[in-house]
Amino acid sequence: MAVVTGIKEIIKPENLVYKKTNIMTENILSYCPGCGHGTAHRILAEIIEEEGLQSEAIGVSPVGCSVLLYNYLDIDWQEAAHGRAPAVATAIKRLMPEKFVFTYQGDGDLAAIGTAETIHACNRGENIMIIFINNGIYGMTGGQMAPTTLPGMKSSTSPYGRDVKTMGNPLKMTDIVATLPGSYYVTRQSVHTPANVKKTKKAIRKAVRYQKLDKGTCLIEIVSNCPSGWKMTPVQSNKWMEENMFPYYPLGDLKTPVE
Amino acid sequence: MKKELRLMKGNEAVAEAAIRAGVDGYFGYPITPQTEIIEYLMEANPAETTGMIVLQAESEIAAINMVYGGAACGKKVMTSSSSPGISLKQEGITYIAGAELPCLIVNVVRGGPGLGTIQPAQSDYFQATKGGGHGDYHLIVLAPASVQEMADFVDLSFELAFKYRNPVMMLSDGAIGQMMEKVYLSPQKERSKTIYDWATTGKPATRERNIITSLDLDPNGQELFNLKLIAKYNLIRENEVRYEEFQIEDAEYLLVAYGTSARVCQKSVQLAREEGIKLGLLRPITLFPFPSKRINELANRVKGMLSVEMSAGQMVEDVLLSVNGKVPVFHFGRMGGIVTTPEEVVECLKSKFIGG
Repeated sequence: MAVVTGIKEIIKPENLVYKKTNIMTENILSYCPGCGHGTAHRILAEIIEEEGLQSEAIGVSPVGCSVLLYNYLDIDWQEAAHGRAPAVATAIKRLMPEKFVFTYQGDGDLAAIGTAETIHACNRGENIMIIFINNGIYGMTGGQMAPTTLPGMKSSTSPYGRDVKTMGNPLKMTDIVATLPGSYYVTRQSVHTPANVKKTKKAIRKAVRYQKLDKGTCLIEIVSNCPSGWKMTPVQSNKWMEENMFPYYPLGDLKTPVE
Repeated sequence: MKKELRLMKGNEAVAEAAIRAGVDGYFGYPITPQTEIIEYLMEANPAETTGMIVLQAESEIAAINMVYGGAACGKKVMTSSSSPGISLKQEGITYIAGAELPCLIVNVVRGGPGLGTIQPAQSDYFQATKGGGHGDYHLIVLAPASVQEMADFVDLSFELAFKYRNPVMMLSDGAIGQMMEKVYLSPQKERSKTIYDWATTGKPATRERNIITSLDLDPNGQELFNLKLIAKYNLIRENEVRYEEFQIEDAEYLLVAYGTSARVCQKSVQLAREEGIKLGLLRPITLFPFPSKRINELANRVKGMLSVEMSAGQMVEDVLLSVNGKVPVFHFGRMGGIVTTPEEVVECLKSKFIGG
């Protein structure tokens, strides 16, 4: 009893150092242990809370592992068809320009089936934020080759490793988007260390500010891990990501506004 | 307020009627024979007057997903296309039906399959009335037979779409879309400021978050949703059947035809009657819901029916189901973009029913 009383005495507002953000719901995340999605959701939720965006935000969730994203953040959501989120977001923002509109998409969604929607929304300079989770694999369907799967990387549809001669090369969609006149701020980040989480959060905050200023499309790629799809422990997957993904998808800004 | 009289193409009438109906957004992609719709809207530039958004998308797929996004905000949004483009939109249409969103999709039908022809046809009847995309769903389908109806059905479509939270298709064809007729245009309506409690407009503290989705991973939940849709479609069948009858009082034979074919068949009725054949015409205005009850009643009074469509025979299946074996039913129609002539219809009627 003495111990319990002790904990109760410690739980006081002045001792609070970390808590669930109010924007995250009570629903249990459907992600595998060690997956980057949960961290990405959390910082997105933190930004929405800190910037007071709950009543303005309209999110568009994708098809893929984060298909149920609308269960986790306490804002209005639209669930888009596979790859179509940038088209959906285009209409929302055009019809409700005062709202904060964003999409959250994986690599299959954004860089394979949704290539046209991604490129054209960015090329029109739609005033939306796109968060692009790149883990080089189709996680939801069980680990198939993605447009961003690295050369030689094994997946259930490239069981002998991705042979670029027959399966094509990994697509650097973020690099392509950075070349488009309509994109305003394009950056590649990660969420696998506290320092990187801070950088990604800063990038999202910038994108929020640019949208308020009507600057055009902001795309934030988050290079992430997929312990289950890569068949690694979370720690191994983060190390593998640093050693293999980052050389191909180097972190940093690809397009920054002149301010 | 007095209606304004203009001479317009069907496609132009849809575009002008959309502006006047207070539509919030049009998202389209060019395809013959309906491109005048987006051309007219771009020229009219309603962003400057009503604030209506007009956007040329990168594909029909993007356009229908823009409609999804706008409709989910509770906005009056629409798209238009012609047959091959409507096929591309089917993914978006089934998501819209699955998310129970209101919108208008105009199909100015051309001949198919495949790239087909750019000439008028009615060969998208199955696609329009039986679902079109995957899953169990129906669109409300309105079939205009004149430029006037292409204009009038814009308002009616949105009325029905919002009443039932269901996508509405205006199933026109290349003849009505392209031909010019006089049309009385309704006065300009203001764009609606209604904020729907189901729409994604940003979550205020006063309500739970709104989620627009067609996904339910729980089979029990999904089946309940399917049952809810069935109940809605039955309500639509009960309340929204629309049709027009022409000289059926003493008719011994009945033509069933919609859109351009119905116009042709009016003349066929006249020609047949000049030869002493008592012919009438029923024109379905709603193809879903189909006027099955009325056709079944008429089957008690006539000796036979001929379904006239510019297709290989699609609506005839619904006529057969409605008649349920009471009298013989045949199909007649030209294809490939050829408009049936009134004389051909009478010849077919005579050969099927009268002999000779």
